[in-house]
Amino acid sequence: MSMESALEPSTAAGTHGGPEAVIALTGVRRDYGERPVVSDVSIELAAGQTLAVLGPNGAGKTTVLRILATLLRPSAGGVTVLGARLPSEAWKARGRIGYLGHQPLLYRELTVRENLGFNARLHGIERPEARIEELLGRAGLARRGGELVRNLSAGMLQRAAICRALLHEPELLLLDEPRSHLDPAAGVIVDELLGPERGRSRVIVTHAVEAGLVEADQVLLLRADGIVAHAGPVAALSPGDARAVYGGAVR
Amino acid sequence: MNAFRAILAKDLRTELRTLESVPAMALFAATTFVLFRFGLDRTTLEGSLAAGVLLATVLFAAILAINRVFVAEREQGGFDVIRLAPVDGTSLFAAKVCVLAIYLLALELIAVPVFAILFGVGAAGLAPLAAVLVLADLGLATVGALVSSIAVNSRARDLIGPLLLLPLLVPVMIAAAGAAEPLLAAGGPAYGEFGQWMAILALYDLVFVAVGYAVYDFLLED
Amino acid sequence: MSFKAPRILPALTVVTLAAGFILVFYFAPNDADQGFIQKIFYLHVPLAVCALVGFMVAAVQAILHLRSGDPGWDARSYVSIHISVILGVAVLITGSIWARASWGKWFVWDEPTLVSFLIVFLLYCTYYPLRYAIEDRERQARYASVFAITAGAFVPLNFLAVRLAESLVHPRVFATADGGLTPKMTVTFLVCLAGMALLWQTLVRFELAAKSTRARLARLRRALDQDAVAGGSRIAPVPRRASGAG
Repeated sequence: MSMESALEPSTAAGTHGGPEAVIALTGVRRDYGERPVVSDVSIELAAGQTLAVLGPNGAGKTTVLRILATLLRPSAGGVTVLGARLPSEAWKARGRIGYLGHQPLLYRELTVRENLGFNARLHGIERPEARIEELLGRAGLARRGGELVRNLSAGMLQRAAICRALLHEPELLLLDEPRSHLDPAAGVIVDELLGPERGRSRVIVTHAVEAGLVEADQVLLLRADGIVAHAGPVAALSPGDARAVYGGAVR
Repeated sequence: MNAFRAILAKDLRTELRTLESVPAMALFAATTFVLFRFGLDRTTLEGSLAAGVLLATVLFAAILAINRVFVAEREQGGFDVIRLAPVDGTSLFAAKVCVLAIYLLALELIAVPVFAILFGVGAAGLAPLAAVLVLADLGLATVGALVSSIAVNSRARDLIGPLLLLPLLVPVMIAAAGAAEPLLAAGGPAYGEFGQWMAILALYDLVFVAVGYAVYDFLLED
Repeated sequence: MSFKAPRILPALTVVTLAAGFILVFYFAPNDADQGFIQKIFYLHVPLAVCALVGFMVAAVQAILHLRSGDPGWDARSYVSIHISVILGVAVLITGSIWARASWGKWFVWDEPTLVSFLIVFLLYCTYYPLRYAIEDRERQARYASVFAITAGAFVPLNFLAVRLAESLVHPRVFATADGGLTPKMTVTFLVCLAGMALLWQTLVRFELAAKSTRARLARLRRALDQDAVAGGSRIAPVPRRASGAG
């Protein structure tokens, strides 16, 4: 081991897996009231990989994503994201995660540009104008940037939200149904924006099971009662697992 | 500091665009004065009655703004936006205190002259009264931001907010009324125990700024 | 979080309180000005002191809860406030009786301690609706602790403001309650205060034990339900015919 790496404040010291694990969950549970929403989730994700979180409605997919985003505390278990133990070290991971949730997380009474500018200031980005214009251009929103968010259609809103999630060039993308509300053409634009570029890691919650599995390296499959049916490499997923979760609806 | 300015600017810009809080507060205050005119059956006010009517009106108008100050944050995901960024809760708290204080000052710029005209209050006492109101506003804004962030994440938030707020604001009312009463006396302004009451108001502001600073991060988590 | 019911404490409380009341009626002299009714002082003031100290204790426990994240401290803080609010009702009732006997009015606005106590009491009453308006356990505990700390900071400020507001207009009426105690009265008062403090602590301990037992019962019930649902019940349901007298 070289001097440099020995002196470096090791991000791996607190992780459960190898030094490259971007995400490490061990035995994670989250309760709502008395009832567990998800229980005993354990999975690891290496840098640059993609994790697909699958499961029927109400299985706790969004809960897992919000825990990873530092937005929700786990009730039990160990969570390490980008080398930060959650919830105690959440501040280390904040600002390095791009989160696209159900809600666009944009203020309705501000324009798209104002919203992005606001986010840029929160993230301490110096001179964000060029970055904002680049993203708006790539998302096909260059001419809609001056509109109030409340006047946007659902598809436009989703694209604006994607710009917001990408603005600070996050190392980890957490995406909840990234293609919802989008027509096929917009879907292509979005896939390009949210692709695995520059080695960033991704977690994708989706109902499009087949498409999700094509993109993913790892998969977390949750049953309707929040219990893990499969957690690990996609290759190890047996057709029986998927059928047990979705019934006959999935091949 | 950057985050503080960003949140403050965002809120003020939204308020200027939608005019949701301050005009409603001003209208509420003017109507309340009319109600007091008949409720008390008085056409002129002075001394303790004048101080009480003015401060009670400001306090109730403040509740309108306090109830609303975090609504966008909750409904449009602003809490998430802030928690996703490398920003500590104190910036949000400080920004919301400033927003509320600015709303209250704007309200008083309208409501105090209206009050003076409606109830024949002399202008001489209004300058020192402004100093009292500034300290009282800071207390209202601090406790308001604290209580509002507790209430906004509960069920029945419109109820919980005022319920927690009113007892907490009793000392502000005591001290502000104590200072304002002699200023609004019939024979022209007197100072009474002015310094003592200003000290109490300042102490109150200081204590709750410190409490808010210490606990605010715990309110921001989910 | 697991709390056990106290064993020795209740006995100690009963003995001290009984001793206190014997002293009140057979040892402490009647007050020169107010006569027999002044003896309510030995109940009213210890109640008020214990309630206020209880609120402060709750604030400290809330700080410990936020620092440690241990839900046990939240439970302690909650129970401290709960018992103090109950004592608070007794404070207002005994204060009212005393006011009625001394001045012929059920409430007097120029007694700053009583007025302050009323305001503090009203504030702490809002603790219950606040708690029950938040569903998530963990958040409920955190917000309740923030409330307990805020309210704890409020109590002394409020006493200061109310006292200043009243002392300008009226001289203190209860001179006897502050400085005019004879040594016999002081001894009696201290015993009563100790008894009341023990009573507060006993009630807190019992309430905590009851809470943790209820929580354990709920957990066991849930575990039982889950086993039954899963079909793999480890605890076999007792067949009625076999267990009955039949």
